[in-house]
Amino acid sequence: MTVWSDLTGQSAAIEVFRAAAESSLRPRGEAHPTAPPTGSPTTQPPGPAPAQATDARGATDSMTHSWLITGPPGSGRSNLAYAFASALLCRFGGCGVCPDCTQVAARTHPDLAVLATERVIISIEEVRKLVSSSQFSPSVARYRVVVIEDADRMQERTSNVLLKALEEPPERTVWILCAPSEADLLPTIRSRVRSVRLRVPSTGDVASLLQRRDGVDAATAERAARESQSHIGMAHRLATNDEARARRAETLDLALGVRSVGDAVRGAARLLEIAGADAQAITLERDAEERESALRSLGVEPGQAVPPALRSQMKALEDDQKRRATRSLRDGIDRILTDLLSLYRDVVLVQLGAPDSVELVNEAIADRVREVAAGVDPAQTLAAMDAIADARRRIAANVAPALSLEAMLITLAEAGRTAASRKVSP
Amino acid sequence: MAVARGSRAPSKAAKPSAKIAIPQLEWNQVRPAPVVLVSGTESFLAERAIRQLRDLVKAEDPSLEITDIEASSYGPGELLSLASPSLFGEPRLIRVAGVEKCTDALIEDVISYLAYPADDVYLVLRHGGGVRGKKMLEAVRAAAGVAVEVVCAEIKRDADRYEFASAEFRALGKRVSPGAIRALVSAFSDDLAELSAACAQLASDSAEEITEVTVERYYAGRVETNAFAVADSAIGGAYGDALALLRHALASGADPVPIVAAFAMKLRTMAKVLGTRGGSGQLAGQLGMAPWQIDRARRDLSGWTGEGLGRSIQVLAETDESIKGAGRDPVFALEHMIGVVSSRGTL
Repeated sequence: MTVWSDLTGQSAAIEVFRAAAESSLRPRGEAHPTAPPTGSPTTQPPGPAPAQATDARGATDSMTHSWLITGPPGSGRSNLAYAFASALLCRFGGCGVCPDCTQVAARTHPDLAVLATERVIISIEEVRKLVSSSQFSPSVARYRVVVIEDADRMQERTSNVLLKALEEPPERTVWILCAPSEADLLPTIRSRVRSVRLRVPSTGDVASLLQRRDGVDAATAERAARESQSHIGMAHRLATNDEARARRAETLDLALGVRSVGDAVRGAARLLEIAGADAQAITLERDAEERESALRSLGVEPGQAVPPALRSQMKALEDDQKRRATRSLRDGIDRILTDLLSLYRDVVLVQLGAPDSVELVNEAIADRVREVAAGVDPAQTLAAMDAIADARRRIAANVAPALSLEAMLITLAEAGRTAASRKVSP
Repeated sequence: MAVARGSRAPSKAAKPSAKIAIPQLEWNQVRPAPVVLVSGTESFLAERAIRQLRDLVKAEDPSLEITDIEASSYGPGELLSLASPSLFGEPRLIRVAGVEKCTDALIEDVISYLAYPADDVYLVLRHGGGVRGKKMLEAVRAAAGVAVEVVCAEIKRDADRYEFASAEFRALGKRVSPGAIRALVSAFSDDLAELSAACAQLASDSAEEITEVTVERYYAGRVETNAFAVADSAIGGAYGDALALLRHALASGADPVPIVAAFAMKLRTMAKVLGTRGGSGQLAGQLGMAPWQIDRARRDLSGWTGEGLGRSIQVLAETDESIKGAGRDPVFALEHMIGVVSSRGTL
C-alpha cells in the first residue's frame, strides 16, 4: 500500500507526481543513488553512463518548487496534494505507513503547512503568516511543504502576497496550490506554478471506489455516483446517508412541481430550509465540540460563566463558526442548484434525442424526465438552465439567497405551467 | 451642598417594587444627590439630564470641580481617590460614562462607596442599558436616601415626541400652535436631538407665536421616510411619488440594499397570499403570517397579476445583483426597479 493507492481515476496526474517525488529522492545534480558510482570497478560498458545521466537530469527536472492542481470539485484535488506531500516528506517516498506518512495524514507533520478555509474567503493575514513560515528550512524531512487547499478563495490582494514566495521559494520549500480551474487564479500566479489537471472520474470508477471503501451494494453505489456527477465526497454522502438522498429527491420534486408565483416563493423558502438543514447537519455538532474544547483549553469548567478576559476569545471562535455557517449554507444551496442543473440537462438531452449511450444523471426518475421533456420546448428548458446558472452567479455575488432562488423558480414555474397545460389539452 | 442630602425623597415617582427603594425621576426632574444613576437608552435625554445637574450644582457653588471617567477603563480604587476630601473643601462632581461597559473594579468600588458616600461629592453613573453591572445597579437602587435614578427611556411614540416638543417650547417661553408641533414632529421623526435643535431654532428666530406657517417656512419639503414607505407607494402604482420618496430616503441616509430587501419582503408576502381564499384568520396559521399582514397584502394586491408579480421579483433579484457590484449606478438600478414595480410588472 502506498499513499497513491486510494486515489480514483487520476492515473495520468498520479504519474506526474510520482515521477517528481521519485526524482526528488535523489540528491540534486548527481546521478541516481542506486547507479554505480563512477570509477568503481564495474562490468557495465561505459556506454550507458551518459544516457543514465540524461535520464537522471530529466527526472530531476520533473520536480519543481510550485505546483497547481486543478480539477472539478470532488475529483480529489486536496487528496492528491496530500499524497504528494507525503511522498515528499516520507523517507521511503510515500509508503503510507511510516510515522511521516501518518503525520501527514493527521496534518500534524512539522514540515507540512496547510491553509484550508471553511469560510467564504482566505484572509490576507493567514497568507502572510504562511509566507513567512515558508522561509524556514525543513526540520526533519527533505522538504518543507505548503498546501493551500482553496487557492481560488483568495482575493486579488491576498494572491499578490504569494507572488514573491512562489517565484523564489527557499531551496527546499515546495508549494502546492489547489483550485477548480486555472482561470480562478491570477495570471501572475499561473505563470509561476506547474499546473497538473485532474479529470472527472468516470461513474464506474467512483462506484467501484464506494463499493470497495464503504461496502455499499452495487446498485446504490452506481446511483450515488451518477447522481453526484462523480463528485466523490457527495457520492459518499448520497450512498451512505438516507437523509441526504431524501433531501435531493425532494429538491427535484419541488422544482418540477412549481406552477405559480406563490409556489415559487414558498418553494424558495423550502429550498433554503433544505440547504440550511444540510449545512446544519455538518456544522452543528462540530460547533458544540469546538466550543467545549476551547473552554477546556482555556480552563473554564463546564457550566461556569466565561470570565470577561476570555470573552474576546470565545467571541472570535463564534465569529469563525458564523463565517463557516455562511459558507456551508452557500455550499448547500450550490449543491441544490447543481442537482437542478443536472435535472434540466437530462430533460434537454431527451428533447434533443441524444443516443442511449449518453446516460442520464437522474436515471432513477427517468419517466418523470421524459414526461417533462415531452411537455416543454427545448428553448424553455434552456431558459430554465440559464435561470439556474444566474442564480448560482448571484449567490456567489452575495445577492440575498431567497431572492435569487425565487427569481429562478419563477422561470422554472413558467416551464412547469406550459407542461401542465399541454398535458391537459390533448 | 445640603440639597437632598439625607432627606427622604418624595416617593410618588418611585415604582412600587421591592427592589427599588430610591426615587425614580423623569429626565427633567433631576436634582442633586450623592449618587445619581442615569439609566436608559435615550442618550440625548441622559446628556441633558447630566448637564442640568451640573448647572444646578454649579449654581450653588461655582468652585465645583468636575471629573470625567470612562467606566470601561476604570482601575481599582480610582473612585476612592477622586472622592477623598480635598484641601479647600470644594464640591466635586464625578461623571462616570459608559457604565454598561464597566470593569469589575467599578462594580466593587461603587458598591462599597454606597455604604459610605463622601461629603460634597456627587457621583453620576451613566448606564446606557443592558445587563452589565446588574449587581451594582441593584445595590444603587436599594440605597435609599443616598441615590436617585433618572430614567431616560427611549421615546418611541409620536405622542411622546409631541409632548417633548411642546415641553421644549414651554421651557423656551414661546407660544406655539398645536398644528405647528405636529408638523415639526412629522418632519423630525427620527432623531430627538434634531427635533430639539429645530425647536430651539424656531424659538430663537421668531418673535411672535409659532404657527404652522412658520414651520412650513423653515422646514418645508423635508420628509423623513424609510424603505417601506418607498415600497408601499411603488406597489400602489404611484410611480412619481415613489421616485420622490426614494430620493428623500437616499438623501436622509438610507442604503440601497435594505430598500431592495423591503421591496422583496412586501412582494414575497403578496405572492404567498395571491390566489388564496378564506378568512385571514384561517390563512394566518397556514402561511405563517399575522392576520393583519394578510389583509394588508390583499389590499396591496389589487391590480396585480401573477405574471406581473413574477416579473417584479425577477427584476428585484437583478437589482440586488447590480447594487452589490454587478452594475455601475445603484440609484439608477433602484429607479428602474421602481419603474417596473409601479407598473405592476408590465413594463
